[in-house]
Amino acid sequence: MAKIVGGIVTSHVPAIGRAIAGGLQEDAYWKPFFDGFPPVQKWLDEVKPDVAVVIYNDHGLNFFLDKMPTFSVGAAESYSNADEGWGIPTLPAFPGNLDLSWHLIESLVDKEFDITTCQEMRVDHAFTLPMKLLWPNAGEAWPVRTVPVCINTVQHPLPSARRCFKLGQAIGGAVRSWDDDARVVIIGTGGLSHQLDGERAGFINKDFDLKFMDSLVTDPAWATQYSVEDLVDFTGTQGIELLMWIAARAAMGSVEQVNKLHSNYHIPISNTAAGLMLFENVA
Amino acid sequence: MADVKQRRVIPGTPIFDGDAARKGYALNKMCFSFNSAANRAEFVKDEDAYCRKYGLNAEQSAAIARRNVLDLIAAGGNAYYLAKFAGIFGLDMQDIGAQQTGMTKEAFKAKLLEAGK
Repeated sequence: MAKIVGGIVTSHVPAIGRAIAGGLQEDAYWKPFFDGFPPVQKWLDEVKPDVAVVIYNDHGLNFFLDKMPTFSVGAAESYSNADEGWGIPTLPAFPGNLDLSWHLIESLVDKEFDITTCQEMRVDHAFTLPMKLLWPNAGEAWPVRTVPVCINTVQHPLPSARRCFKLGQAIGGAVRSWDDDARVVIIGTGGLSHQLDGERAGFINKDFDLKFMDSLVTDPAWATQYSVEDLVDFTGTQGIELLMWIAARAAMGSVEQVNKLHSNYHIPISNTAAGLMLFENVA
Repeated sequence: MADVKQRRVIPGTPIFDGDAARKGYALNKMCFSFNSAANRAEFVKDEDAYCRKYGLNAEQSAAIARRNVLDLIAAGGNAYYLAKFAGIFGLDMQDIGAQQTGMTKEAFKAKLLEAGK
C-alpha cells in the first residue's frame, strides 16, 4: 500500500512568483520568507516522495462563476499553468498520476464527498508557486507526480472547516488504501491571515495565526469549532484559505502519526502573513 | 430572498455570496476575460465598447471608469477577478489596499509591517 511520508503547508501569493522571477530571494524584504524553505527542500531531497497530493484553491484560472465546484479533483496526464491576468511566466507542465487520481475519486465518492472530476485542469499560482518554492532546482522535470485537489474559496457558501477536515481525513484514508508502493507527500497551500478587499483591507491577525499553527501540532481539529464567518472575522476574507491547511493536516493523520519538523512565519509578504510548516509521518 | 441563516456583518469585510455573485456576474465575467493578453489589449483600446460587449450595467461601467475598488465590490465584483483588472494598470495589492482604506501606499505598507511586530 502507498505510504504518506509527510506533509507541507505553505502560503501562496502571486508576488512570490515575481520575486522568484526577479531573483529577489536575498532581498531584505523577501529573505525572511525564502529563508524558511531550505530545511523543507533538504527534507524533500532526503525523503524523495514519488507523488504529491496538492490541496489548493483556484483564483479564477481554471474555474469561473459559471461552474463553481466546492471540491474538485484533477484526473489529467499533466497540469499546466497559464496567464492569470498579469502575464506570469509559464512553467514546465506538472505530470499527473492517473492511478492515484482515480483511486482518490473512487474513494472520496464512496465516502460521500460529491466531488467534481477534471480530466483537464489548469493550475494557478496557488499550485505552481509552492511547487517552485519546494523544488526550486527542478528545471524542466518535476521530481514528483501530482494530483491537484481544489477547494472553493471564491464564492460563498464555502465548505466549513469541519467539512474540509473530513475531506482531508478521507484523502489520507484513500492514499493509505492505494495498492501501490508510492511514497506520497501531502501539500496544502493558502493563507495565513490576509484581506484584499473592503475597508478592512490589510487586516492581519498574528495572534490567531500562531494559535492556529500551534493547533496543527497539538490538536489539528481545533479550528473546526469555528464557522466560515468566524474564520473570516479572525483571519480576513482571504485568510479563509487556511481551509487548505486544515484539509492537508487532516490527511496526514492524528497527533500521534506526525512530528512537526520545521515552521516559519513572517509578516508581510504583499498583504499576507506567510506561514510554512513541515510534518513527517511516523505512522 | 429566503435564507438558511441570518447573515453576519463583519465591518469593512465584503462576503462574496450568492447575492454578490448574481449582481456582479457580467462584471466578473469581463474581469475573468482579462486572463488573456489579447482581451486586455482590446479593453485598453476601447474600454466603453469592451464593457458594453460584456453587458455591464451603468453602476459597473462607472466603477470601471473610475478604477474605484470599493465601488466595484459594491457592484458585485469579486476580489480575485478584480485583481486581473488591476493587473492591466500594473497596480499591486498595496495600491488596491491603500485606495480602499484611504491611506497613502506608504502608510498602508507601514501598517502591514506593524502587524508583524
